Amino acid sequence: MPAVSKGDGMRGLAVFISDIRNCKSKEAEIKRINKELANIRSKFKGDKALDGYSKKKYVCKLLFIFLLGHDIDFGHMEAVNLLSSNKYTEKQIGYLFISVLVNSNSELIRLINNAIKNDLASRNPTFMCLALHCIANVGSREMAEAFAGEIPRILVAGDTMDSVKQSAALCLLRLYKTSPDLVLMGEWTSRVVHLLNDQHMGVVTAAISLITCLSQKNPEEFKTCVSLAVSRLSRIVSSASTDLQDYTYYFVPAPWLSCKLLRLLQCYPPPEDGAVKGRLVECLETILNKAQEPPKSKKVQHSNAKNAILFEAISLIIHYDSEPNLLVRACNQLGQFLQHRETNLRYLALESMCTLASSEFSHEAVKTHIETVISALKTERDVSVRQRAADLLYAMCDRSNAKQIVAEMLSYLETADYSIREEMVLKVAILAEKYAVDYSWYVDTILNLIRIAGDYVSEEVWYRVIQIVINRDDVQGYAAKTVFEALQAPACHENMVKVGGYILGEFGNLIAGDPRSSPLIQFNLLHSKFHLCSVPTRALLLSAYIKFINLFPETKSTIQEVLRSDSQIRNSDVELQQRAVEYLKLSSIASTDVLATVLEEMPPFPERESSILAKLKKKKGPGAVSTELEEGKRDGGELNGGAERGVDAAAAIASNASTPSPSADLLGLRSAPPVGSAAPSASSLLVDVFSEAGPTAPSGVMDDNFLSDLEPPSEASDSLLVEAPSDSDSAPNSSSFGSEESAPPLPESDELLNKFVCKNNGVLFENQLLQIGIKSEYRQNLGRMYLFYGNKTSVQFVSFSTSVSCPGELQSELNIQAKQVEPQVEGGAQVQQVINIECLADFLEAPLLNIKFRYGGALQNITLKLPVTINKFFQPTEMSSQDFFQRWKQLNLPQQEAQKIFKAKNAMDSEVLKAKLLGLGTALLENVDPNPENFVCAGVIQTKAQQVGCLLRLEPNAQAQMYRLTLRSSKDTVSRRLCELLSEQF
Amino acid sequence: MIGGLFIYNHKGEVLISRVYRDDIGRNAVDAFRVNVIHARQQVRSPVTNIARTSFFHVKRSNIWLAAVTKQNVNAAMVFEFLYKMCDVMTAYFGKISEENIKNNFVLIYELLDEILDFGYPQNSETGALKTFITQQGIKSQPQTKEEQSQITSQVTGQIGWRREGIKYRRNELFLDVLESVNLLMSPQGQVLSAHVSGRVVMKSYLSGMPECKFGMNDKIVIDKQGKGGATDDSGKSELGGSSGKQSIAIDDCTFHQCVRLSKFDSERSISFIPPDGEYELMRYRTTKDIILPFRVIPLVREVGRTKLEVKVVIKSNFKPSLLAQKIEVRIPTPLNTSGVQVICMKGKAKYKASENAIVWKIKRMAGMKESQISAEIELLPTNDKKKWARPPISMNFEVPFAPSGLKVRYLKVFEPKLNYSDHDVIKWVRYIGRSGIYETRC
Repeated sequence: MPAVSKGDGMRGLAVFISDIRNCKSKEAEIKRINKELANIRSKFKGDKALDGYSKKKYVCKLLFIFLLGHDIDFGHMEAVNLLSSNKYTEKQIGYLFISVLVNSNSELIRLINNAIKNDLASRNPTFMCLALHCIANVGSREMAEAFAGEIPRILVAGDTMDSVKQSAALCLLRLYKTSPDLVLMGEWTSRVVHLLNDQHMGVVTAAISLITCLSQKNPEEFKTCVSLAVSRLSRIVSSASTDLQDYTYYFVPAPWLSCKLLRLLQCYPPPEDGAVKGRLVECLETILNKAQEPPKSKKVQHSNAKNAILFEAISLIIHYDSEPNLLVRACNQLGQFLQHRETNLRYLALESMCTLASSEFSHEAVKTHIETVISALKTERDVSVRQRAADLLYAMCDRSNAKQIVAEMLSYLETADYSIREEMVLKVAILAEKYAVDYSWYVDTILNLIRIAGDYVSEEVWYRVIQIVINRDDVQGYAAKTVFEALQAPACHENMVKVGGYILGEFGNLIAGDPRSSPLIQFNLLHSKFHLCSVPTRALLLSAYIKFINLFPETKSTIQEVLRSDSQIRNSDVELQQRAVEYLKLSSIASTDVLATVLEEMPPFPERESSILAKLKKKKGPGAVSTELEEGKRDGGELNGGAERGVDAAAAIASNASTPSPSADLLGLRSAPPVGSAAPSASSLLVDVFSEAGPTAPSGVMDDNFLSDLEPPSEASDSLLVEAPSDSDSAPNSSSFGSEESAPPLPESDELLNKFVCKNNGVLFENQLLQIGIKSEYRQNLGRMYLFYGNKTSVQFVSFSTSVSCPGELQSELNIQAKQVEPQVEGGAQVQQVINIECLADFLEAPLLNIKFRYGGALQNITLKLPVTINKFFQPTEMSSQDFFQRWKQLNLPQQEAQKIFKAKNAMDSEVLKAKLLGLGTALLENVDPNPENFVCAGVIQTKAQQVGCLLRLEPNAQAQMYRLTLRSSKDTVSRRLCELLSEQF
Repeated sequence: MIGGLFIYNHKGEVLISRVYRDDIGRNAVDAFRVNVIHARQQVRSPVTNIARTSFFHVKRSNIWLAAVTKQNVNAAMVFEFLYKMCDVMTAYFGKISEENIKNNFVLIYELLDEILDFGYPQNSETGALKTFITQQGIKSQPQTKEEQSQITSQVTGQIGWRREGIKYRRNELFLDVLESVNLLMSPQGQVLSAHVSGRVVMKSYLSGMPECKFGMNDKIVIDKQGKGGATDDSGKSELGGSSGKQSIAIDDCTFHQCVRLSKFDSERSISFIPPDGEYELMRYRTTKDIILPFRVIPLVREVGRTKLEVKVVIKSNFKPSLLAQKIEVRIPTPLNTSGVQVICMKGKAKYKASENAIVWKIKRMAGMKESQISAEIELLPTNDKKKWARPPISMNFEVPFAPSGLKVRYLKVFEPKLNYSDHDVIKWVRYIGRSGIYETRC
């Protein structure tokens, strides 16, 4: 660039600037500027034409005044005139003024564009550069419209100077960023890519920025750049530090270019061509090797440049995620940086490690640094580095180190910065849940969490702990004990009160035996916190109280007293008042039976994705989500979540209202879908529980929203409240079940059994006198079945007794315990029986249920098959296509396979089929079978003795209305039995 | 009450910092600098609230005086104090400038100790202060005990503003009525708003402890007298009533502390024992029947986009025998003015680019005359389509009468102890009317 010669300096400008600098006050400055502006105006107005020098000087002054913050509304014309000058300095000032002050209106833009066009067409490289810079600086849409076609031509023209090419590339990049639709590469693409081979390093650097940006938009077109970039990179990496002369920065050859090349490569998957890939791996190895070499200079610039390349290379390695060797090396290299003096390096190392931890190859390697990371969390002074350390701990956590990491994070939480506490809380909660082997540990951890950082514990966290406690029988007692102890602290967080209220309300009975935690003590403890809590918590506590009435009848009077007090029953808050009134009435009117049914223990929640996880994702944005997903992929079945995923799918079906599964109505009341205990309406209630709105039951009547926050599946029970007294025939839904059950009851028929293969709830049996409803749930090798005996007559049944028997071998295979029912069944009433089932080994037959009672003196004796089939103990298993076929091949013994070809009994609707297969209890695997018509399922049958893996394939043939069903499992009897059962279903 | 007082120079450097209360910390100093002196936008409000702390500031040339408080104080009191403080400093060392303040910082701290005690304003009468705070440095011989006790008894006594035993050979008295007249007028000559704020300033050189009584043509007093005197002389009151110019309606007034307010409240008579030397006896404001000394008639014509013709006529509107002085008319010009040609019949006119205005100066002008200026303004075409805002034409002048119509009727001096009567006192009365903000829209 030609230097401004001394004699060309503008004296007037210098004087003006020094005048302004010397002004004592703002007023004086404004006066001076006004004077100068008037002067310039009179000069510009003057009749005689100004020479280039004075024009330049005045334009410069105007520019200076503008930059001081004053409005300039004239002088544009003079600036445009300067553009056509032949002197560099004049042209430069003109362009400067235009770049800074031009606004896209006005006629001037045409003149400006014209001047720029002339300069671009000139052969003078300096002028061309000035014009390009101006276009880039203004970068408006108008500019893009005018020049988007011109610039690529300059860029790829053979005779263009290097410096102009550089400017053109960057200018084009800028235009592309402002208006991508106007910059059409098309024919230029390949020539632009070939700029990577340019002799001049500056051109390559500029071109790479452009190519990176363009290739992000249309990667296909620029695919060829990969091999070019790799060869360029290898040339740079392998060059000695002296080879590249001007482009060697503190002994590092072309660091910026290397970084950009590596970044460009990150836009593409690993190269398919073996040679290219080999070369690239070689480059990456060289870069890693160089990092190990002693530094050639002690200057910080040297190490900065070197590390910049290294980190970019590691990002690329992580991006490829296919070279175990490199990944481990990268991890080790980062490990060294973890203890580096430079804070920035530590930060970057932690950040990169976070992504490394999610790769299956380097996860173990990352884990070796756990101690260092923990100490970083504890001792690091910089908060952002601590945050990264916490992220990394989260990322590297798995079953082996979960306890340690969670403990560390908990202890860090006490001193953590407020800004990251909530996120930390979520992470601890997720880790604790995901890797919990021992659920008492999980409960401890979460309660600790609430104790330490109660304010930061979001709703989702404590919802989750309750969900888990409810779903795990084994921790309920422990949880009750722990919350009871925690509540005894003089000051405890409101969230703790919520958890405590809920858990004691549900499981207080489990610790009531201990005199130290007798029912009354429990109640008083809870009630002592009542007045310190907010309205939603109070509402929850009221529900807990009514549950207490059910659990401990001895507390009834005390609690009624509390509910009756003016502060409850006349509370100004509508919600509290409504609850108090309703609970009080409920407790005084309803019989113990009704109460027991209404306030029955919460059934397990349907498993689904942890709401906490969703919250964390929301918080962290899309980046974190992908990490999560990768993690999920890697951990596979190891996670608790993994095992639960199948149930998840089932729950999805349950909530899918369009499922046309022909589910029989439970006592003709409401559609009860086949999965677990979660009826669709119930699950919508569950949604209520987990949505913030929570208890917003609008009406005062006892509708099914009434207990919404505590009684999700209360449908059966509250329907009792409403419907039981009326004749079931008059129920509006009765017609539907009537039509479905029109077939005459066939006692001891397998048909009844078959009806329940794919569903858990429904009407088992019905005749003029009696209706038997069934509701069952299974978990692993355990099952619980609720039988509802409804007296359809208006006369009392007497001597009502039921018994369940296991004929023959079944005795050793199933363990069934049935609670006794009351001997009288009132006319129109319903009694409930609970049957607990444990599967010891796989079985073929079904247990028998015998019912005897007297109706009007006549003895009735009915024997039925209980719908307990082997498939009830399925645990769904998700697996990839590869896994599936691998296992399929492993189970290749002839006896392991059972196959049946049969004719379709019902319409071949794929949705119905899906629902049935899911109802079976297996996981329906999508995208596994090459033929999308076919269905493929996988599951594990859990018995006490062993677990039987089972794979299923159903191939419908729509033309022939035939199915071919193939089952393979590790046990031949299981295959056959399942095949038998299933063939009746379709 | 005032928590602290700071004086800054124009750069925001603290020259004087006096903190009276603990609730004002050191950071208050910086808060004011950052938020007011160096604020991005010019701070126009004299009261600024920053972090529950109130800053009251006045500016004298390049010097900022700021009083700081955390309490809910009477803002008028604080400003009154600040003005008084400026007066005191001016009385001690002349113009308030950075240099003067730096040179007299010890004196200023001494004064601050005296006139403000724990944030409560004390005696700020210059005359009284000068008796015990002097600029002579420490005298080799300390004041005698008698002198000291005399000062003490005077300063703490009932009449703290005047010491006893003053003797003059010639008893003399100067009385100035200083008024500034403010006006905003529409182009058509309608008065949009007008008021006069006036001061009565006295300089007295009287012996002993004289009792003075000041009388003026206050409407209330005249009417009362007219009523009372209606029995003995009805013609006189009629005359006063019919002329209307005989009395003026004062909207509000404030007095020097020496005036006995109880007497003013009951009889509306202004009687006082004056301080020695110069002081401001009263301040007042009137809005009715104002005599506007000048009338400005503007005529602005735009000729195309590049030319503007301006013609301004001023008419003096008072007795032809009187002479107005220091007349200055300021005609704003558009921001894109590139050249100006002016023709005026009287005085000198010049285009001042730095102020974006034509300034027309006339040294003297008699009453009932008129004068004219015409200017041609050339404009530079601009990209902006913004219209010129046309700021009003403003004017400055000085006239030898009170535009409010106030007249001093009498000033009586009684000194029973010493042997001189009202007639022996030489009295001088002077009226000066100045322009305040005197603007006419164009």
